[in-house]
Amino acid sequence: MKDFLKGLWKEHPVFRQLLGMCPLLAVTTSVINGISMGLAVVFVLFFSSLVVALIKKIVPHQVRIAVYTVIIATFVTIVDIFLKAQLPDISRSLGPYIPLIIVNCIILGRCEAFASKHTLKRSLLDALGMGLGFSWGLLLLGAIRELFGTGTILGVTIMPKIYNPLIIMILPAGAFLVLGFLIAIMNKIEQSQEKK
Amino acid sequence: MKEMFKIVGVLTSVCIICAFFLSFANSTTKVKIELNAKTKIENAIAILAPATSSIKKVAFDGGTLYQLSNNQKKLLGFAFLAQGQGYQGLIKILTVINPSLGKLEGIEIVESVETPGLGAKIIEEGFKSQFQNLNVSDKILCIKDDLSQNNQIKAITGATVSSMAVANILNKKIAKLREMLRSK
Repeated sequence: MKDFLKGLWKEHPVFRQLLGMCPLLAVTTSVINGISMGLAVVFVLFFSSLVVALIKKIVPHQVRIAVYTVIIATFVTIVDIFLKAQLPDISRSLGPYIPLIIVNCIILGRCEAFASKHTLKRSLLDALGMGLGFSWGLLLLGAIRELFGTGTILGVTIMPKIYNPLIIMILPAGAFLVLGFLIAIMNKIEQSQEKK
Repeated sequence: MKEMFKIVGVLTSVCIICAFFLSFANSTTKVKIELNAKTKIENAIAILAPATSSIKKVAFDGGTLYQLSNNQKKLLGFAFLAQGQGYQGLIKILTVINPSLGKLEGIEIVESVETPGLGAKIIEEGFKSQFQNLNVSDKILCIKDDLSQNNQIKAITGATVSSMAVANILNKKIAKLREMLRSK
């Protein structure tokens, strides 16, 4: 259980380990983008960890990274063509960031640091925890940026009409600002917990 | 020596297995993806020129020109795919123009990879609707201020490059179409 929970808070991939910054900052202009990106990462991370944990004993040490990359790339490509076939609109709005999951350091990082060294069950729990942790990070960032940047959540207008959207929030600079504030808040919470 | 064979063997077999899965996934979704692209064009034509009942395809500038006519065989206009470089990549626009090439019936963005939240707004109604009944006897102008003429469109705030790209792609393709029809 600890393997699952640590990804959600204590070793959160976004706010604690600062992994996967490229898709995080790029796609979180809206909630729906954040959710679909998060789910794609959960899927790829789960199955990559599954395969890596299963074959860890037969993979020679020298080529392990190459093998992991091939496995990850396979699952990412499957997700990519599945989205193109079944959900063309989401595939369009995520654009090149789905294929870029291949080089998302969370996935290679978890395969190398965890799945290749632990049992299948623990690897799967770790993958789910990290994937969902990444997803809620994306979701939170997407929600804040969409709310202030366009005044909507999931396309539904939330802010009163007089609210003038802050364009900077959906520009790349806004992503860095929000991320910075969120990490500061996380650190504050962590500190106050330690004091107790 | 034995070690080397193991390294090569494992890596090769992993690649072969992955390739097998990928080709399987590709073959099951290929038809659907092509169908999506085709229905997208047909749907877009149906929205932009609802009276269309028959479509005739002719070759045009390395692509296809769709001649749209209604059930009395009267020519309603032409539809074509115009494509070109946007801010981040290719933009493909399905355009419907009237028979005299003086006015657009409307456009539909079929493919684009513009920045989400900014350039990607070119696919939204607010931007696309500006092209309905737009005068194209002269070049389309993309401006940042308020509109004063009927061949102007307003650029999206924060995405001037993407907005200009749409106007330029259309201008080029319309000029080519005009040339082709004149030479006929």
